[in-house]
Amino acid sequence: MNEALHIASPAVTTPTPLSPEATIRARVSNLDFWYSKFQALHSVSMPIHNNKVTAIIGPSGCGKSTLLRCFNRIHDLYPGARYEGAIELMPDGLNLVSRSVDPILVRLMVGMVFQKPNPFPKSIFENVASGLYVRGLRNRSEVEGRVEKALKQAAIWDEVQDRLKKPAYELSGGQQQRLCIARALAPEPKLLLLDEPTSALDPIATAKIESLIADLAHDVTVVIVTHNMGQAARISDQTAFMHMGKLIEFGETEQIFTNPTVDQTRDYITGRFG
Amino acid sequence: MTPETQISEYQALRNSAFLRRGRILAGIMQAALFSCAALSVLITGAIIWVLVTESLPFFQQVPFWDFLTDTEWTPVFTEAHYGILPLLTATFWAAGIAMAVATPLGLILSVYLSEFAKPSVREALKPILEMLAAVPTVVFGYFALLFLTPLAKQFIPGLSGFNLLVPGFVMGMMILPYVVSISEDAMRAVPMSLREGAFAIGMSRVQMAFQVVIPGAFSGVTAAYLLGFSRAVGETMVVAIAAGQNPNLTGDPREGAATITAYIVQMSLGDLPHGSLAYSTIFAAGLVLFVITLFFNLTGFFLRRKFREAY
Ligand SMILES: Nc1ncnc2c1ncn2[C@@H]1O[C@H](COP(=O)(O)OP(=O)(O)OP(=O)(O)O)[C@@H](O)[C@H]1O
Ligand SMILES: [Mg+2]
Repeated sequence: MNEALHIASPAVTTPTPLSPEATIRARVSNLDFWYSKFQALHSVSMPIHNNKVTAIIGPSGCGKSTLLRCFNRIHDLYPGARYEGAIELMPDGLNLVSRSVDPILVRLMVGMVFQKPNPFPKSIFENVASGLYVRGLRNRSEVEGRVEKALKQAAIWDEVQDRLKKPAYELSGGQQQRLCIARALAPEPKLLLLDEPTSALDPIATAKIESLIADLAHDVTVVIVTHNMGQAARISDQTAFMHMGKLIEFGETEQIFTNPTVDQTRDYITGRFG
Repeated sequence: MTPETQISEYQALRNSAFLRRGRILAGIMQAALFSCAALSVLITGAIIWVLVTESLPFFQQVPFWDFLTDTEWTPVFTEAHYGILPLLTATFWAAGIAMAVATPLGLILSVYLSEFAKPSVREALKPILEMLAAVPTVVFGYFALLFLTPLAKQFIPGLSGFNLLVPGFVMGMMILPYVVSISEDAMRAVPMSLREGAFAIGMSRVQMAFQVVIPGAFSGVTAAYLLGFSRAVGETMVVAIAAGQNPNLTGDPREGAATITAYIVQMSLGDLPHGSLAYSTIFAAGLVLFVITLFFNLTGFFLRRKFREAY
């Protein structure tokens, strides 16, 4: 057994099942984050429910992306990034932002889709397979099976099955974004992070991705940042409202949108935000 | 606002001395830029014209087939041969060795500079590298002949005083800054979002560099090597000094052999009568050189343009 496979095994096998009563996939507690000198997150605490869609909303610059990017430690690429507090991944309670946890291993467990589609300069197939190769998976038929499964999950299989060897750049923007979702799904992440995944897309492509996200939640835990209130209301189960680096309110989406407890939340949702 | 005031406002703008000065200045600039561009086109055209017309007498007397297939190049001997092959193979040997040196080193260096080096390190390293490009080629030539060849002789049995190996190696070092600079530019043009995507999927920096950045910069990197090769083919001083002046069809780079450029220098220094056949060989050889470098430059140029369009 080679080393790659050894490291890879936890991420490649199906995610550790949570006990039926456990519904929390991850728990953010007292999370602070600094870009060098600037503190962008102030003591954020919230649960991420298992196999649900959690939406993060809030005005521009409030720290939504910053919070999302803590979950997979993308911040570590840039000098000066500093975390305090915890994001515990259940059921083991592994603190994803702990200095002693290897960010590469975190990223093997957490998938991410960005605002602008960013397919690799490779074929459609190789794009989706790249996350599997990174985990040391080489077996051709297994890779093919998982690529197909991910492309089906991302609702793009029908459009690309005849041209898997074609460069990913030949796809439309909406198709590229679904391809990126497939790429993130292929390794079966425990968490899927989406940062405004539809903001670069037209309404039809957006609708496709929205219904896809709703379907995904049957077997993946999704955290999505969005500026689109309607989108948050349509596809999420829980909603977090942030303002100036702080979590203002967290609750069931229906409650947040119909009966928010904090005035700031109501003002933002109804568009009266100053 | 009535139409009349609109017209007069337009007139006022038209008559504004400030705007008129701007228009005149823009006109002058445009004319200056156009004449510079036209001049460079004109000079290139003139070079081609000279090369073609001056080598015409050569191709009228030497059958083209002999030129391409004869294995000897002895234009000034009484029994003259006019086969370009010895010069051509020496040229490709030296340039090929240069590429064998510059390709791996250039790839490693440009990946290091664009993906690994801290900005401060990069800012310190690039000028040093560019200094390498500022060294006069004569210096490289004598460095190869007087220092490196004697040194290499101790390790490589059978190495001649004039050889293709050492000047090839030195040319590799010479084109390195050039190649690194272009391929690093291409790598840095790969958008950050692609790198984030690579990291997000769990790639290490090395995997990211080789699986995402290099493929993303592929046409630019290839263009860098094509342009580098074209420079190595056209490089003159190093090979003229350290590879010898003896046309020699050889498969052994330890031997000396004249390249096309070395031959041209050698003949241009002598006093061949204008209009003689030997004199026109200079232009025939020059034409071959021109065609080769033009081919690689154009391919490199189109590839570079392609990579600019990619993002
Ligand atoms: N690389 C950085 N260095 C320093 N400060 C940053 C950096 N990135 C973001 N910030 C700051 O952190 C705060 C939160 O930014 P963030 O990108 O998380 O906002 P956001 O809620 O995602 O906004 P948007 O909705 O516009 O995407 C902002 O004040 C921003 O200026
Ligand atoms: Mg954002």
